[in-house]
This record gives sequence, C-alpha cells and structure tokens, in this order.
Amino acid sequence: MKIHEYQGKEILRKFNVPVPKGNVAFTPEEAVRVAKEELGGELWVVKAQIHAGGRGKGGGVKVAKSLHEVYEYAKTILGMNLVTHQTGPEGKIVKRLLIEQGVNIDRELYIGITLDRGVSRNVIMASTEGGMEIEKVAEETPEKIIKEWIDPSTGFGAYQARNIAFALGLSGAQHKNAVSFLLKLYDVYVKTDASLVEINPLVITKEGEVIALDAKFNFDDNALYRHSDIMTYRDFDEEDPLEVEASRYSLNYVKLDGNVGCMVNGAGLAMGTMDIIKLAGGEPANFLDVGGGANKDTVSNGFKIILSDPKVRAILINIFGGIVRCDRVAEGVILAAKEIDVKIPIVVRLEGTNAKEAGIMLKESGLNFEVAKSLKDAAEKVTKVLSIN
Amino acid sequence: MSILVDKKTRLVVQGITGSEGSFHTKQMIEYGTKVVAGVTPGKGGTEFEGVPVYNTVKEAVLHQKANTSVIFVPAGFAADAVLEAVDAGIKVVICITEGIPANDMIAVYQKVKSEDVVLIGPNCPGVISPGKGKIGIMPGFIHKAGRVGVVSRSGTLTYEAVKQLSDLKIGQSTCVGIGGDPIIGSRFIDIIKLFNEDPDTDGIVMIGEIGGSAEEEAAEFIKKYVKKPVVGFIAGQTAPPGRRMGHAGAIISGGKGTASEKMAAMKKAGIKVVSSPAEIGSTMQKALETYYSKLATK
Repeated sequence: MKIHEYQGKEILRKFNVPVPKGNVAFTPEEAVRVAKEELGGELWVVKAQIHAGGRGKGGGVKVAKSLHEVYEYAKTILGMNLVTHQTGPEGKIVKRLLIEQGVNIDRELYIGITLDRGVSRNVIMASTEGGMEIEKVAEETPEKIIKEWIDPSTGFGAYQARNIAFALGLSGAQHKNAVSFLLKLYDVYVKTDASLVEINPLVITKEGEVIALDAKFNFDDNALYRHSDIMTYRDFDEEDPLEVEASRYSLNYVKLDGNVGCMVNGAGLAMGTMDIIKLAGGEPANFLDVGGGANKDTVSNGFKIILSDPKVRAILINIFGGIVRCDRVAEGVILAAKEIDVKIPIVVRLEGTNAKEAGIMLKESGLNFEVAKSLKDAAEKVTKVLSIN
Repeated sequence: MSILVDKKTRLVVQGITGSEGSFHTKQMIEYGTKVVAGVTPGKGGTEFEGVPVYNTVKEAVLHQKANTSVIFVPAGFAADAVLEAVDAGIKVVICITEGIPANDMIAVYQKVKSEDVVLIGPNCPGVISPGKGKIGIMPGFIHKAGRVGVVSRSGTLTYEAVKQLSDLKIGQSTCVGIGGDPIIGSRFIDIIKLFNEDPDTDGIVMIGEIGGSAEEEAAEFIKKYVKKPVVGFIAGQTAPPGRRMGHAGAIISGGKGTASEKMAAMKKAGIKVVSSPAEIGSTMQKALETYYSKLATK
C-alpha cells in the first residue's frame, strides 16, 4: 500500500524524525489558513499530494512568498492533471495539498530503506545526489550509492549509521544529527512494516539540522493486518476504481491496456496466460487471478470487472482444475455467462479433473464459447476470434 | 532417487485440524505420503484420520520420529510455526501458507540458514516426488514418476508444465514449488544444485517469473556446473513495471526484474528458454532426445 507524503510525515513525526512543519489542505482557503495560522513565517511550499514522484518537475510543487501566492498556487495545483515520469502519460488529478514552511537548505541528500531480495535482508541506501531520480544515479554512477545491510539478529548498528554519515561527508552537528535521524528512520521502517521508505531529498540546513523534506512510504500488504492506523491512510482516489471493485470480491485484478481480457486461477498461470495472449496477436487487458475456488460467483464477478473495460474484444478463461473439478467450474462459467449476457467471444480452456465432461457441457450450453483443448489450442483460438471480430 | 521427499519421509502436518490442513492431509495420505503426526496447539491427544495429534512439534518428533514438516497455519502464526519446527530438529520444512509479512520472514530466513534446515516456501504448492510422496496442495494425479526435475515460483503454472510432460510420457523425479514471495527459504539455485547432484534426474524445467534476480543467479550456476538439459520459462513478459502481479514477489521495481532480462541471462547460460508456456513439454522432449543420443554415442 502507498500513502501520501503528508501522511508519511505524520508517521515520521510520531517517531520524532525531524520534518518541516506543515499540514494538509483540500481547498485554497484551507491552504491559506494553514500557512497563516499553523505555520506563520514568510515562506511556504505548496505541494501536490499524489501517489507518484517527480511532482516538482511536473509543476506540482511551488514556493510561495506571500499568503496571496499560497492561495494562487493552491488554486492552480488543486484539480490539475499532474503528469510525472511515474504517473504515466494519463497523469493524476490533484485533490490534496501539503502546505509546509520553507527550509533553509544547505545540502540535499538521499536516504532509502528497502528489502534486498538478493540477500533476504533490509538495506539502507544513501547518496549525496539528493533530489535526483535515484534510479538514474544507480544506473549512471552506482559508486555514489552507499549501502549498509542490516543483520536481523543484531539490528541496525550505530556504527553503520556513522559509516553512512561519514561517507556522506558530514561532520560536527550535522554528523550527529544525521546518525540520530538514520537510527530513528530505520526504527520507523521496521515498526510500521514498511517495504520502502525513501527520503529524497533529505536536507541539511544551514543551521546543521537534518530534516526529511520529502517522505515516500510503501507498506508490506501482508503486514497491514497489524497496522490498523496505517490502513486508515488508504486513499481510494489514487487507485483504479475497477481494482478497488475487484478487491471487494476478493479477486486479484490489475487493469492493463489491451483488448483481450483473461480470467485464470493462480498468479503464475495468469501471467503466463497474458504472455500467451500477446503471442497470439492480442494484448492482455488485465491480470486476473480468481484463486482456488473458481465457482459461479467468482466467475460472474470476474466477467463484470473485465467487461466494464470497453476495449475488451474477447475473453480467455484458463483454469487448471487440480483439486477443483472442471465440470463444477464449467457449470459456474455457463451460469455466469447466461446471467451477464456476454456479447463478445469467450475462449475457455479447462484442464485437470473432469476436463472432458466440462468441455461437453460448454459445447452443449448453446452459448458463444470456443472450447480449447490445450494452452496451445487456446492461443490459436484467441488469434482466430480476434481476426474475425 | 529423488530430492527432498522420498520413502523415508515421515511427515508432521502443522495446522492439521484447520480447514486447509485437514483437507490436504487427507489428500496426502490418499497419495501414499507417510503422515505420522499432526500438530495443533490445544488439540494434543486427539486423532485426525487415524493420525495422532500433538500440542507441539517436539512431541511429534519424539513420539513419531517425524523428520519433515508441512505448514498450513494462518499467515500471522506461520513464521512462528517454521521456527518451532526448526527448534524441534526438523531438517526439511515446507511452508504452504501465503501472506507472511516480509519482516517476519527475514528473521526466519536467518534462522533456517544458520541451522542448516531446508525451508521450501512460503506461499508455495509444496514438493512432490511422484509415486513416493506428496507434501503440499498439488493435484497428485497429473504427475508421473520419471527423470525430469521441475522447479517453479508458481502453483498452477507448474501443474500446466507437469501435465504437458506427463502427456508426453515424460515423468518427473521431483517437482518443487519454491514460492512466490520476495523472501523464500530455497531459491532456484538451491534446488537446481540438488537436481544436478541427483543421479535419477536427467533434465530440469525451471519456471520463473518477474521480480528479483534469483533466475539470473541460477543461470550463472547452470552455465558453470550443469550439463543436464534445462528448459526455462519466465511468466510476466507482458507485465507492466511497478505493478504487483498477484504474488508478493512478482513486481518489476526500479527497472529491475523484467522477464526479458531474465530470459537473456538464461539463454546465455545455455538454457532452452521458451516464450510460450505451451511449449515447455515439447521443448524438454527434444532436449532429452538430444541429451540421451549424445550419452549413447559416448
């Protein structure tokens, strides 16, 4: 799960990690109120809140030198369609702002914490190239990224934090503050079950303070059950409405851009089926894993979700019935197809227990099914229905 | 022979009385697996399908000489269940449970490695050595005893590959589902090492997917040490970056972990990489023919 920057900073504050003073605003009036009453001062930053990075470049972050400017910038940014390298060309509508006090920046650094799958340990990464796209730094100048891996039995050692602070070229008060910042940040990462914390930039002020100017959090979905406070941060506006709908039916659905919908049991086979669609000359319209119990309800909910995408011209159902019986699945598919009244061609491939009986049932149903005998046959039938329609 | 599971396997089922655990215990017994004990804390002293149930894994090891464990307990308790099995002296632990938090698995991974325990999974279908025993949730009947090893991050896609092999009369020595999570006890390289050393495995099918770099790591090993034919497939060639495809570990992040990268590394290592999952069986058939004819002329 992803959250907004202002929510990330709320979490950081709880753990005493230094962040600039600021608050969320949903209207230009609120933005002015936050700037005037909560923050004071003479310099404010108006920041668009969407679940994507690169907001500054896209025009979603502005420095205001008067309350009038706070109002004007807030008015411009709220409701704008912000396009960044992470949103894709379609962009995202801005609905929330973070109004923050200005900070006297001396240096901008980068800190990230995530799981290193290669060694099954968490890794802290730091770089002097703050404010840049870290993927670019990693690719072009990998030597500029400092890494410390965390031994789970001993935790993040203070010496490791010092290693990072020295490597970043910090000394005196800056060094001391950076070490304390890093130790607290790792504590946040572990205690919230985050899968990624990224502070880009981490700023060193002229006064020697170390402050998180940005805060990006991703959380481990598998651990959310023990963090009800973080779950309240979920913003459905940032998610695809079809994916939200699918999750209500416990369907694992990811919307894609193609013309052939698919419904599969199991994540690996679902990805493999998408690949087959591509090889057959189509483009997958979605990833959809119906899980172990492919019955009438899951199949009809799957149909509804797939068909609400107007670009879909055909559907491929690929179920490997291992423990589930294929004739039961076929019954579900037939009932669901009748109920929903699907108008586009459906290629069905059922394999496993009672697959033959299932094939006969589908053929005799009088519905518009193309029954495939194997995965290869299914691919050919997809090609065929796409060329006809 | 086979790897991990054979006739000497004495299985304890952790979570035997739960809905998943009880259903699959029946299936495993039906297949002929030697299920010697079950564990459900608080239900010790009872029986399930004639199998004695204990409160702890330690008791199951003490009274029934269990040497392998399979875990069906819910995600919130599964990491603890693995640790309990390790502590009781079990050397092969197979964790079926899906949805274990990554932070819990980091500690578990460290523990199993330091104790020299083989952990398979979590979030996996399990291990089957056809004709000898099945530990997990895979449908037994699609398998056929033989000489090809299968290792995969996925469940149903593995069944697909196995079905293709069995239909071509190519049997399997052992099929191992290593799981779809970012942290798993055994990676491709661990299982491929075992298959490489197993005198009764002649060929290896390797089914990977997007995310991480375990396939590349295995490809390096194969290039150096494996003479047996290897057929590979990577699921998710059409998956977009930054989106999780069902499995917790199936995500392209920071431009890393794409299918094309993995396929390129595997091809470079001499693996026969298929772009369609429908061609896994037939490609292995050809690879084995070549392999056997070369052996015959030697």
